Amino acid sequence: MTQSIKLAGPRTRPGAATELPGAWRLGMARGGVEVKTFFRDKMAVAFIFGLPSILLVLLGSIFGSQAAAQGVTVGQLFTAGMIAGGIMSTSFQYLAISIATERENGMLKRLSGTPMPRTAYFAGKLVQVMVCTVAETVLLIAVGMLFYHLHLPTEPGRWWTFAWVFVLGSAACALLGIAASSVPRSAASAMPVITLPFTVLQFISGVYVPFSVVPHWMRIVASFFPLKWMAQGMRSVFLPEQAAALEPAGSWEHGRTALVLLAWTAAGLVLCIRTFRWQSRR
Amino acid sequence: MDNGAAVMVRDLRKSYRHVAAVRGIDLEISRGEVFALLGPNGAGKTTTVEILEGFRRRDHGTVDVLGEDPARAGRAWRARIGIVLQLSSAGPELTVLEIVRHFAAFYPGSRRAEEAIDLVGLAGQAQSRISALSGGQTRRLDVALGIVGRPEMLFLDEPTTGFDPEARRQFWQLIRTLREDGTTIVLTTHYLDEAEALADRIAVIASGLIVAEGAPDTLGGRASAAARVSWEPPGGARRTVETSTPTATITELARQFSGEIPGLVVTRPTLEDVYLDLIAAAEPAAADPELAEPAPAEPAAAEPAPADSEPQALS
Repeated sequence: MTQSIKLAGPRTRPGAATELPGAWRLGMARGGVEVKTFFRDKMAVAFIFGLPSILLVLLGSIFGSQAAAQGVTVGQLFTAGMIAGGIMSTSFQYLAISIATERENGMLKRLSGTPMPRTAYFAGKLVQVMVCTVAETVLLIAVGMLFYHLHLPTEPGRWWTFAWVFVLGSAACALLGIAASSVPRSAASAMPVITLPFTVLQFISGVYVPFSVVPHWMRIVASFFPLKWMAQGMRSVFLPEQAAALEPAGSWEHGRTALVLLAWTAAGLVLCIRTFRWQSRR
Repeated sequence: MDNGAAVMVRDLRKSYRHVAAVRGIDLEISRGEVFALLGPNGAGKTTTVEILEGFRRRDHGTVDVLGEDPARAGRAWRARIGIVLQLSSAGPELTVLEIVRHFAAFYPGSRRAEEAIDLVGLAGQAQSRISALSGGQTRRLDVALGIVGRPEMLFLDEPTTGFDPEARRQFWQLIRTLREDGTTIVLTTHYLDEAEALADRIAVIASGLIVAEGAPDTLGGRASAAARVSWEPPGGARRTVETSTPTATITELARQFSGEIPGLVVTRPTLEDVYLDLIAAAEPAAADPELAEPAPAEPAAAEPAPADSEPQALS
């Protein structure tokens, strides 16, 4: 605290031609900080990117011989499921844990005490989720191609399906993640409180285990949540057409998938608006 | 009304589930003033300040901060105030310079990040990660984030908790610098010497009410309070008298001893004496019917409760 510091110039009083920085610019600034923070957090990177890749290799190797039927390859089946799980991991799981942490350590309160527009905060999260989810998906496709000779689809129709499942799935999961961040009572409990149900959901939704192997009642439970539909949508992208016969409904059910994901997006949005708090309850 | 007081509060009240935290506070803080809010934990300091900062809603009363009602004020108002929060140290994986620069971008006409960092004495740590800072350095970073927007009004909640004595002195110097710059400053503190060194005016808050208000040297009738004159008669025990006319007492003693008074000491009450008296006098108010609520602290004191019983500590 050197005393020789001079305060820069005359104090600029408000109203004196000083305009508030725009929400768009600050949203992008928030996004930059969010992405930087994420990639510097080695634990988060290992957990969010490392875990699904390793699981994809492990599961594919372990269940390899059983899965192949109807011309479906292991790579196709598990890559599709793991992409769905990966999207939910970067959107739902990471957002819920990181926002719970920011609420507990006071960063949210601190931000809300500045003239930062609140939309800029959510825009920043959106940028971070988009960057991480795209990176995760590219990584999992690369692992699939490298280990299991996964071939990328060539028909534009499949890429269109991929695009809307990806966008709707990550939107629904991100909104649910923001809402779920209010559930843990502390940052320390956020990890188990969020990860446990997410892990269960991955088992029953056809991510860790082929969906056709999952017991009937578990499939029913899973069909109430978005992950099952995201995994099914991704299978319709990466698996051959005849594999639709292996689905419980005997078809890919694109219409229903879109409806369920849209419904969850709407529900997530309402939950966020009703439950989001800038301060921890204490 | 914008050219009037920086803060104007009338009959502010706030309860949490029937427990009255603030029971009718009036405050007026002038522009450019350094105002300290003193009081024990749970007295209503933080509630009051958080209402002024726009973090909490009030139940009753009028509040005006820089010409606006904090409960309704928008971004333009936020750009004119700075808040130094009393928070935990865990922060994002950013360097000091990165986060201060990031916060600077929120404000129109902010300070340069480097200047704010220099002002709080963190220039040597500008490139350090937040996670690598010591407790005192983290608090300084909190201050840097509070002043980077060049606020007209700065709120500081227990700003020097965890500072070593030297850091506190440096911090005081910073407050004086900001004050010379025309910044209105509201601080809450536990440290009486800090309030005495920095504040133009002090308000003592106890049990949700302001029990005294004034300049540090006149607070609670300190200037006119009885002085204590004590001396040591030869061969006798030390004697002490309290008097509002100490000069007369000393003249009388000087005549008695015909010259030097042995072991003469004259004291006025310190700010701490005044403060502790005020807080003690306010205590009975906690038992008054307006506050009648099954406060866990009261029965616990009456019963022979085991020292380690801390209800709901884990829930």
